[in-house]
Amino acid sequence: MTPPHLLWLLAGVGTILVLASVIGEILRVRLSPAGDNPVVENLNARINAWWVMVICLALAFIAGKPGVVLLFALCSFAALREFLTLTTHNRADHWSLVACFFLILPLQYWFLATDWYGMYSIFIPVYAFLLLPVVSSLRGSTKDFLIRVSETQWALMICIYCASHVPALLYLQIPGFEGRNVILIAYLIFVVQLSDVMQYVWGKLLGRTKVAPNLSPSKTWEGLVGGTLTATAVGTALYWMTPFSPLEAAGMCLLITVMGFFGGLVMSAIKRDRGIKDWGHLIAGHGGFLDRLDSVIFAAPIFFHVTRWVWSTT
Amino acid sequence: MSPVLRAFAARVTGLAISTFARFMTAPRAIWLGIEPIPAQRIYFANHSSNGDFVLLWTALPAPLRRRTRPVAALDYWLTSPLRSFIGREVFNAVLIDRRPEARAEDPVAQMVAALDQGSSLIIFPEGQRNSSDAALLPFKSGLYHLAKSRPGVDLVPVWIANLNRVMPKGEVIPVPLICTLTFGAPLHVEPDETKDTFLARASRALLELKAPT
Repeated sequence: MTPPHLLWLLAGVGTILVLASVIGEILRVRLSPAGDNPVVENLNARINAWWVMVICLALAFIAGKPGVVLLFALCSFAALREFLTLTTHNRADHWSLVACFFLILPLQYWFLATDWYGMYSIFIPVYAFLLLPVVSSLRGSTKDFLIRVSETQWALMICIYCASHVPALLYLQIPGFEGRNVILIAYLIFVVQLSDVMQYVWGKLLGRTKVAPNLSPSKTWEGLVGGTLTATAVGTALYWMTPFSPLEAAGMCLLITVMGFFGGLVMSAIKRDRGIKDWGHLIAGHGGFLDRLDSVIFAAPIFFHVTRWVWSTT
Repeated sequence: MSPVLRAFAARVTGLAISTFARFMTAPRAIWLGIEPIPAQRIYFANHSSNGDFVLLWTALPAPLRRRTRPVAALDYWLTSPLRSFIGREVFNAVLIDRRPEARAEDPVAQMVAALDQGSSLIIFPEGQRNSSDAALLPFKSGLYHLAKSRPGVDLVPVWIANLNRVMPKGEVIPVPLICTLTFGAPLHVEPDETKDTFLARASRALLELKAPT
């Protein structure tokens, strides 16, 4: 059963996308009739990709818990494939890498789907952390050993562990909010992504002062403040569909938008170090899965634990 | 099995193999020196894994893929009924015999015949999988003779990156990692160019795609 508030949120996002598509089309006709303005072309590619992402998410929501868990397992897979393409590893790590994809990833989502909180919250930070280096060490190569195992563990934490905390929101038990947990996911993703989009918009309009010029040329203080405040204002206005009061909603929104911003910054530092602009190429206009998910990945575990600690009975 | 059923099975198998290749490697084609238009071409690439031609075939747009045939070793692809089905019917490979003493047909003549039927070709001029530390093994002379026989056809260098990390030699299960295929500017043999100069030039053109700037 799809909660009515979810339909409202999806209808709202649909309206925003229709508006964005109309504006994108007007800009294309005015500024890029021959398809030669890269900013307009990229904007339209981004808007089209948003349609695909929102439709996938909506279908998963309608399919319920299995749909959402499966969607995020697939996102984790694509993200891990992007991340491990760039990390240091050699032939001795082959079996640990196989285990990351075909053992640890399915197990983490299996623990999640069976609502085994005590396991999925420590499986990667404890068991995978201790056992994967053993697999690598058994092959005997010591070259860059600590770098290799640390980078693999980082990939697991970001792409599987943190990302899995988005669907984990489905398993919280909040009195008076039963059957509506999917709203928490929609709300988290909507607020964080709106903050990303508004940072981009404010940054393009007013951006002057760079936050970290060495890391990212596109992140400005004007964009950061404008983006997080806009998303927080919109998120606060939507408090009625969440378990939060208006003030609590504002606090949560500020928390997740700031975490989202830092997520983008940290992931930019990694990309910069490896000399690439995007993590991948599968989401036209955006780059890879990690380029789109970085902020959600950083916000999700914090949002999950604060909600669990304050509002949930489990 | 009836021919219609076999042809259908070949199409389904081809789709399954390229879907698996996409799942494992999310191949990214970068058309650096040439556009992906349906012109007749000879794609020549580095060879580090058995999956090389599958990946190159998968990365081509569908209209190009349909008329592109890999050139593969007969002594590998005819050793079992399954391999023979995949090599002959799924990929429509031009099967050449690498053993000069045993072969009935000249490999270059077979490739020229395929070109004359309108096909594009995928060839690996190193002649064998490269598991050495060198980026490329010395090219065999087939590429030169082929270029000399049909000088009008574009020779397109393609650098396949990362596939040897997906499936290192001797491993059984592949690791999903993103692979990149860089297509460079086409080459043609000059009228007065010797075999060695041409092969060196072709090898250099391929190596330059390894780290495009």
